[in-house]
Amino acid sequence: MTFSPELEARFEKLLKSYPEGRESSALVPMLLYAQDEIGAVTPELVEEVARRLRLTPAAVESVVSYYSMLRKHPVGKYHIQICTNISCQLTGGEELFEHACRKLGIGNREVTPDGLFSIEEVECLGACSWAPAIEVNYDYHHKVTPEALDRLIDSLRKLH
Amino acid sequence: MPYNEPSPLEVKVLTRRFGLADSASLDTYLATGGYEALKKALGMTPGEIIEEVKLSNLRGRGGAGFPAGTKWGFVPRDSARPKYVVANGDEGEPGTCKDRLLMEYDPHQLIEGMAIAGLAVGAHAGYIYVRGEFRYIIRILERAVEEARGRGYLGGNILGSGFGFEVYVQSGAGSYECGEESALLESLEGRRGVPRIRPPFPAVSGAFQSPTVLNNIETYSAVPAIIREGGAAFAALGTPRNGGTRLFCLSGHLNKPGVYELPMGFNLLRMIHEVGGGIPGGKRLKAVIPGGSSCPVLKAEECDIAMDFDSLAKAKSMLGSGGVVVMDEDTCMVQAARRIMEFYAHESCGWCVPCREGTNWLRRLLRRFHAGEGSRSDIDLIGDVARNILGRTFCPLGDAAAMPTIAFVEKFRDEFEAHLEGRPCPFEGRRREVPAP
Repeated sequence: MTFSPELEARFEKLLKSYPEGRESSALVPMLLYAQDEIGAVTPELVEEVARRLRLTPAAVESVVSYYSMLRKHPVGKYHIQICTNISCQLTGGEELFEHACRKLGIGNREVTPDGLFSIEEVECLGACSWAPAIEVNYDYHHKVTPEALDRLIDSLRKLH
Repeated sequence: MPYNEPSPLEVKVLTRRFGLADSASLDTYLATGGYEALKKALGMTPGEIIEEVKLSNLRGRGGAGFPAGTKWGFVPRDSARPKYVVANGDEGEPGTCKDRLLMEYDPHQLIEGMAIAGLAVGAHAGYIYVRGEFRYIIRILERAVEEARGRGYLGGNILGSGFGFEVYVQSGAGSYECGEESALLESLEGRRGVPRIRPPFPAVSGAFQSPTVLNNIETYSAVPAIIREGGAAFAALGTPRNGGTRLFCLSGHLNKPGVYELPMGFNLLRMIHEVGGGIPGGKRLKAVIPGGSSCPVLKAEECDIAMDFDSLAKAKSMLGSGGVVVMDEDTCMVQAARRIMEFYAHESCGWCVPCREGTNWLRRLLRRFHAGEGSRSDIDLIGDVARNILGRTFCPLGDAAAMPTIAFVEKFRDEFEAHLEGRPCPFEGRRREVPAP
């Protein structure tokens, strides 16, 4: 399996940040950074990372299944993560989530047929004072109204 | 520019660089007293540094409020194994959004605090563990580390002193439980974030089975000011045994929600009305979660209280991580309890049966209840299940789920009763209307 030179450089840097013999410490960030590049934690990626860190594929799988950001299937090009936890709930987060589902015609953890958008209801994003908050891929948006979300989705769609 | 306007009532110690141009850059940091504390600390003995931190009455800002200096003192002086400094940036306690700002606007303050901790305990490497969603923060931290290393504030021989300290940035990948110290260490070592049995505590056996100091981002960020100005000056900003200022994250039903740095012991009602601008629409206050979702809710009449660890403990709640969630009179407490339980059931790591099963039962009970399908006996059953989680788990997540639930039922039993016999949620019609697309 081949990765981009940037990702290889990132792996190399990671592996140097632990005491000798503790390279498997890189597992969680390696999986996340690799997923960012290839879209999902595929069986091939599990094998590759296991080989590089001298772990069994089963050990890697068990870690993949634990972390909520690691996923086995690709999401949309724009993955809209909507927080509905307490501070966001109080300021309209649940309504915003329902609105997004209606707008895109998909449910939680589903992808639009064109592969552009997916929605996920997520737990606290750490943006409570500027709720309701969403994250599109790794970009935060604060105090999001349904209208603002519509504008955001429309502007992203226009890029394609 | 930070996310909200500052308040004139703030006492800016940790946040004094927020809003400056390029506040995250080394040049801005150096121009505003940055790394002066590290220089000073290089001339102190480890014992003197720890003494100064003890004197400051700095208590852990992650939630537990354990005295930081005492924690540092637990690390054995002599150790055959290398020691480590770990910063917990897995900010995920619902209601809390302050560590993010400290890392974003003043990463060097954090790095300096960690280096001083390294000096104090004899560690030469530190890790900043950052939740995976904060990718842009990871980039800011990595840039700051490189800048600091490039100019000799980190590296093998800091400022020619012979002391070496390196900082590494580690990403998580989505897990609230990894904010628990021992689960964080498991994750740092490449495993599932399942907590460790203690003792041994991290001070004796933490990262890589070595003595480790593990504190919250805000705790380390307070250290440069403590060393620079002295522990006594920091302590004097707060109340007895609760030194300094704290970043309070005001959220929920407020006109001016935001993160504000206020002295420890600041009155909660003043915080809501004078700092947070009061409640929108002239509505009345119903309840406040004072320190993040794990902390038992306070009724409006309990809110005339000093916001420090001891006052909140006396009121049978907690100051927690500083997440102040304000709820107005239209808020359904059953709905709030349900949403919080959805969270804990989702985040339980599954190791301890009372937590794994209990949070799931509570989630089902509260869902059913809010849908109007609960029975009178369910009200006591909710409290009973919650009390059977309490104290029966290896990490605090079980208690964090149980305690607020017990408080919701005890303090708002009337609202639970109002949902009985198939009646629709009495607050349903008051939810914010959202237009269809």
